[in-house]
Amino acid sequence: MDPLYQHQLRLTRRALFGSAGRGLGALALSSLLSPSLLKAAPSPSPGASKLEKWPGVINPPHVRPRIKRVIFLCMAGGPSHLETLDYKPRLAEMHGKPMPESFTKGQPIAQLQGQKLTCFRPQFGFKKFGRSGAEICELFPHVGSVSDDICVIRSMRTEAINHDPAHTFMNTGTTISGRPSMGSWVTYGLGSDADDLPGFVVLTSAGRGGQMQPIASRQWSAGFLPSRFQGVHLRGQGDPVLYLSRPGGVDESGQRDVVDAVQKLNAIHNNAIEDPEIATRISQYEMAFLMQSSVPELMDMRNEPRHVLDMYGTKGADGSFAANCLLARRLAERGVRFIQLYHRDWDHHGNIANDIRLKAEEVDKPAAALVTDLKNRGMLDETLVIWGGEFGRTPMAQGNGRDHHIKGFSIWLAGGGIRGGITHGATDELGYNAVDDVVHVHDLHATMLHLLGVDHKKLTYKFQGRDFRLTDVHGQLVKKILA
Amino acid sequence: MPLGRLSPLLCVLVAAVAPARAELPVPEKIEFNRDVRPILSENCFACHGFDAAQRKAELRLDTKEGVAAAVRGAKTQDDLLKRIRSGDPDELMPPPESGKSLTERQKAVLARWVEQGAQWQGHWSYLKPTRPAVPEVDQPGFVRNPIDKFVLARLKELNLQPSPEADRVTLIRRLSFDLTGLPPTPAEAKAFVEDQSPEAYEKLVDKLLASPAYGERMAAYWLDLVRYADTIGYHSDNPMNAWPYRDYVIKAFNSNKPFDRFTVEQIAGDLLPDAAVEQKVASAYNRLLQTTEEGGAQPKEYAAKYAADRVRNLGSVWLGQTMGCCECHDHKFDPFTTKEFYQLAAFFADVQEAPVGRREPGMPVPDESQQGELKKIDDAIASAKERLNAPAPELAAKQAEWEKNVSGGDVAWTTLKPESYSVRGESKLRDDGDGVLRSVYKVAAKETYTITAKADLKNVTGFRVEALNDPELPAGGPGTAPNGNFVLTNFSVSAGGKPVKLNNSSADYEQNGHPVAYAIDGKNDTGWAVQPQFGKPHFAVFETDKPVESAGAVTLVLEFQSQYPQHNIGKLRLSATTAPSPSRLALPPAVKEALAVAPDKRTDAQKNELAAYYRTLAPELQPVRDELAALEKKKSALMEAMPKVLVTTSGPPREIRVLPRGNWLDETGPVVQPGVPAVLGAGPVADGRQNRLDLAKWLVSPENPLTARVTVNRFWKQFFGTGVSKSLEDLGSQGEWPTHLDLLDWLAVEFRDGGWDVKKTVRLIVTSGTYRQASMPRPELKDRDPYNRLLARQSRYRLDAEQVRDNALAVSGLLVNKVGGRSVFPYQPPGYWFALNFPVREWQNDTGENLYRRGLYTHWQRSFLHPSLLAFDAPSREECTVDRPRSNVPQQALALLNDPTYVEAARALAERTIREGGAAPADRLNYAFERALNRKPKDEEVKVLTALLEKHSSRYGKDAEAAKKLIAAGAKPVPTDLNPSELAAWTSVARVILNLHETITRP
Repeated sequence: MDPLYQHQLRLTRRALFGSAGRGLGALALSSLLSPSLLKAAPSPSPGASKLEKWPGVINPPHVRPRIKRVIFLCMAGGPSHLETLDYKPRLAEMHGKPMPESFTKGQPIAQLQGQKLTCFRPQFGFKKFGRSGAEICELFPHVGSVSDDICVIRSMRTEAINHDPAHTFMNTGTTISGRPSMGSWVTYGLGSDADDLPGFVVLTSAGRGGQMQPIASRQWSAGFLPSRFQGVHLRGQGDPVLYLSRPGGVDESGQRDVVDAVQKLNAIHNNAIEDPEIATRISQYEMAFLMQSSVPELMDMRNEPRHVLDMYGTKGADGSFAANCLLARRLAERGVRFIQLYHRDWDHHGNIANDIRLKAEEVDKPAAALVTDLKNRGMLDETLVIWGGEFGRTPMAQGNGRDHHIKGFSIWLAGGGIRGGITHGATDELGYNAVDDVVHVHDLHATMLHLLGVDHKKLTYKFQGRDFRLTDVHGQLVKKILA
Repeated sequence: MPLGRLSPLLCVLVAAVAPARAELPVPEKIEFNRDVRPILSENCFACHGFDAAQRKAELRLDTKEGVAAAVRGAKTQDDLLKRIRSGDPDELMPPPESGKSLTERQKAVLARWVEQGAQWQGHWSYLKPTRPAVPEVDQPGFVRNPIDKFVLARLKELNLQPSPEADRVTLIRRLSFDLTGLPPTPAEAKAFVEDQSPEAYEKLVDKLLASPAYGERMAAYWLDLVRYADTIGYHSDNPMNAWPYRDYVIKAFNSNKPFDRFTVEQIAGDLLPDAAVEQKVASAYNRLLQTTEEGGAQPKEYAAKYAADRVRNLGSVWLGQTMGCCECHDHKFDPFTTKEFYQLAAFFADVQEAPVGRREPGMPVPDESQQGELKKIDDAIASAKERLNAPAPELAAKQAEWEKNVSGGDVAWTTLKPESYSVRGESKLRDDGDGVLRSVYKVAAKETYTITAKADLKNVTGFRVEALNDPELPAGGPGTAPNGNFVLTNFSVSAGGKPVKLNNSSADYEQNGHPVAYAIDGKNDTGWAVQPQFGKPHFAVFETDKPVESAGAVTLVLEFQSQYPQHNIGKLRLSATTAPSPSRLALPPAVKEALAVAPDKRTDAQKNELAAYYRTLAPELQPVRDELAALEKKKSALMEAMPKVLVTTSGPPREIRVLPRGNWLDETGPVVQPGVPAVLGAGPVADGRQNRLDLAKWLVSPENPLTARVTVNRFWKQFFGTGVSKSLEDLGSQGEWPTHLDLLDWLAVEFRDGGWDVKKTVRLIVTSGTYRQASMPRPELKDRDPYNRLLARQSRYRLDAEQVRDNALAVSGLLVNKVGGRSVFPYQPPGYWFALNFPVREWQNDTGENLYRRGLYTHWQRSFLHPSLLAFDAPSREECTVDRPRSNVPQQALALLNDPTYVEAARALAERTIREGGAAPADRLNYAFERALNRKPKDEEVKVLTALLEKHSSRYGKDAEAAKKLIAAGAKPVPTDLNPSELAAWTSVARVILNLHETITRP
């Protein structure tokens, strides 16, 4: 039987028998649903209810879970691997010379279509960091400082060369619209530990360089999975969640009165027509009401100590990447399953030397702080942090920038089950093709699911007559990076 | 919470009461399609099916021959069934690593099937439907038409009774929502409840079918199927002109256009002989798919994406088949090959479109008054042209003189040497001497050059901008964009501090869609560009409105503000002239050619060419030319104001190849011609290459087994919540076996042979006894039929997203009942489009009646759909959506509680309640309930709402400021004659009513 329908039925019964060790709120909520209790029960008390959570379809886990959650730091626009994580001295030597055709012939190419292809040297030096001696661009000393905790993958590959489909591919494993994003898959598979927040949360920030590509909300869409698994965008300005604010002239208790009346009337209706949809609606109103206080509480960073704010380099929730990294930790603490940050402005077709420096200033410190902060709190072991974009950039010049590139690029990972201090895979001497230990996006997905305790071949959903999965019909576990 | 963590007692309880549907007994007589095929399809076809590349052990179970061979090859029945019962993992089928396994019942079914001789049947949906006999059952009070007999026969088999007819209020609410998407007014409900005539129900059905809202309701679902939206979808997600197509669909349903006609017009309206405007508008169907204008997108890749998209959509909408699977490989479950996928794509290869880039505005669709106006202008233009071209011997002498002066067409240009120049962005300009400026160092994404020069000229008549090539510019220039292009979005001049008006313009070359006139239209999203003529110089000439007497210091401003970054001119020179009509002197090649020939040697054609050209310059003809220009301007303003729609234009078909594994870079696959999949019969008959019209006609011909079934299955879903086969998008072998196959086929034949009459079919369904049943759950059905597939009752479910909105607006009286028109922009939270770019945009709330239109008119932004619609599962329409999910999430509560649309609706309902609902609170509650739910509140409901009313009356009585804030929600003026505190308290009550589960449920 449909697992969601089963859950819904369980919810109805769960609510009926809900006093099982759940406190007053649950009793109050369940009383709404129980005809016999209705008359005797007091009205529900604000904010006290614990809500039945979606348990996920993967139960028990397929393999021992190493992590509970994922934080994906998406560097939107496609960071150059050659100015971040992939050291290519040979490319410097070849600067200004034609790119050998043996590399480029018959390969997909974006804006450099039909143009002369010349090598373009790495714009910055690289340094060795940490005990492991990981080679990382000198613009990223903070990331360098946590290099013993991270695993750099230099052999990523993807399949789409334009931003929009490439993001879609990174998030859903296909370029065709309408498929679930990875955050939706994960919350569908595993549910969430968050009591009063969505299980899949998205944060976005903008860079200062002005090379910003659009991001569509399809990137956090649940696709053909039920909408409850779609990512909820937490906004840096206006209502953090759409329609979160009460109407003008309505204070919290006034809103509670309205919600209470809705709940009671729905419960009366449920007595007449026993419909699991009504029980669900009652619990969703409760969740909505809780979010009206839990979300502002989440966004309010005034109680974060000075040194923590300083470590991230933020003054509070101001919509910056630094603030979002700190929010990511707060979301992780509250049990959110999948947290995705987009930092836009990495599309360096021109002027890469200047603009990548801006990005490093915006990103280096907070990303490293997130790893350190999680580690300090003992949470890094149960979290997977991923840093990377939808693709990399060409070793060839586009003016004084680089074009999109899909045949080889870099990301880094940190957290539970990941071998820190290693560099995995390699591109060729010019940084064009991933050649050693190639990691395809599908492989990254398979490995991420594995760490969560999920066999990527077994997390499926039937749609249009077929069992779909995040990894389509592909995906190999990247064993070498596992601790 | 995982089950494991529940208390043991609870687990027991859950297990005890969970309605695990008891496994059905193994039927006495096995029917292959009903009983066996689903098992084989799910578990075996992937390796023993249609896809030859994946086939194992040369065994296939999807064909008669394959099954026969398997039976023949087996020595005994045991031999045949050994593999599915084996305890050895190496032997067992399906193999454990496939993740599939057979249940005991499935094994028993297969065993009995083999025992009974392993009979085979072709897949049901690929066989042409024939009219099944109507079962001979009856039950007075339930059976009203043949539909009910099919339903009843099945219920009797299972010993179930249908439900009684629903009460009248439920019936009118159900019918109104289902047929119009709107609730009945209290008066309508009362009239129906009190109507004693035996035909009361049918009269109501006919009234609702005749309502314009019927077309709106039916259109909303169709628009999901064809993925109608107002924007292009990918990347920049800019607007495209599509809404006249939406109005076509509404009109088609309202005028009950036969479905076969509806099909043909959409797929091939443009190919119909003497296609009317309406039919061309219908052909917008082929243009609704997602497109891109992303820089660096490769045209071939996107051409392949669009081809596949069209096949997927056709497959879902008309064939109910998952054709998308065969883009890369032969279908794993159904008999479709990759080649057939590309053959379907080839039908659409003639659709002309830019693979990458801005969509064209499309075909103007004038309304009646615009049509009249256009006719008037066209007549006036014809008359002016006649006068312009009237024979006039006196022109000849003047022409001869002009010919001498123009001597090859060159005018004297004086270079304007820059005295100073500046840029607004981060670019830098360098003076290379001789008036040449070169962009150096960094190229800004957007730029403006301001150049000041001395022009010691009197009577300047024009300015010239030269965009010069340079080997060091990308692609040799003249632009700084990576491909060598530029977009000059604006060119303006001031002389002596006063702006100089520029009008006529010309250029040596204009990129399609980027004429030079766009550089002086005052808009920043249009401009002059020169793709693909890179690596060579270009120029544009702009005439002054009237000669600039003494130019002195002139300042010229060149703006490059388009959505395309770095599209600036890399090297330029500016000059001025005093020659008359200089813009005309970018002479057409034919004129130049004729001038180069001595007058007495010219051919007649050359003479005519020159004479005609001279008429465009002759001063004597200036008045009539002015008149003509004014008329053309008027016409272009009129055309600009007309709604436009992307339509299908047919052209030479692109070559379509099979793309191995869907890879567009691989050109080794064979070229294919249009054709339909072999399993679906003979396909269209055509002379020569089949085209879209052939395809469309075949789709609705009796030869095609699918279209009628797919369509009636979707109608069924619209009136029962689920299709006869639940898998609306897949009637292939993985699709659900229909719960009432005979009923589905009977309806399909009735529909097809009855002239594809949509209203008739809908009427048939909604007048059935099955439809009219009560929807109250029945305990005995809960375990036996948890999803209500046997239809022993009606179903109840949440309204669709648009209807949730429409209902609140209708109940509160805010709804504006206007059919059609441009898409509208109701309230949307600011900043929601934060991540859109090229250009950066902000949603602008509409005003007036456009704030209160039905949900289907909301501007459909694919990448950021209106959040209130999205919360209630409206799809982004990037792909075909056949079956919207019906989720139940907190965002719905947040929207209904806090979206200004619903707060304003609550206030409007409160206002009405106070004005029209009497004086006593009880009467007012009755009134508000009647409006929202067509019933009076129960005592216990009154108690809850009265308590709220009293509490909030007191609260808002004490805090008038809060009251004023609450009732100020939305744009509707706040009434000045009502007590704000009273209105606020009633607004709280109305908010509760609009938030009720019952309010947003179709009963």
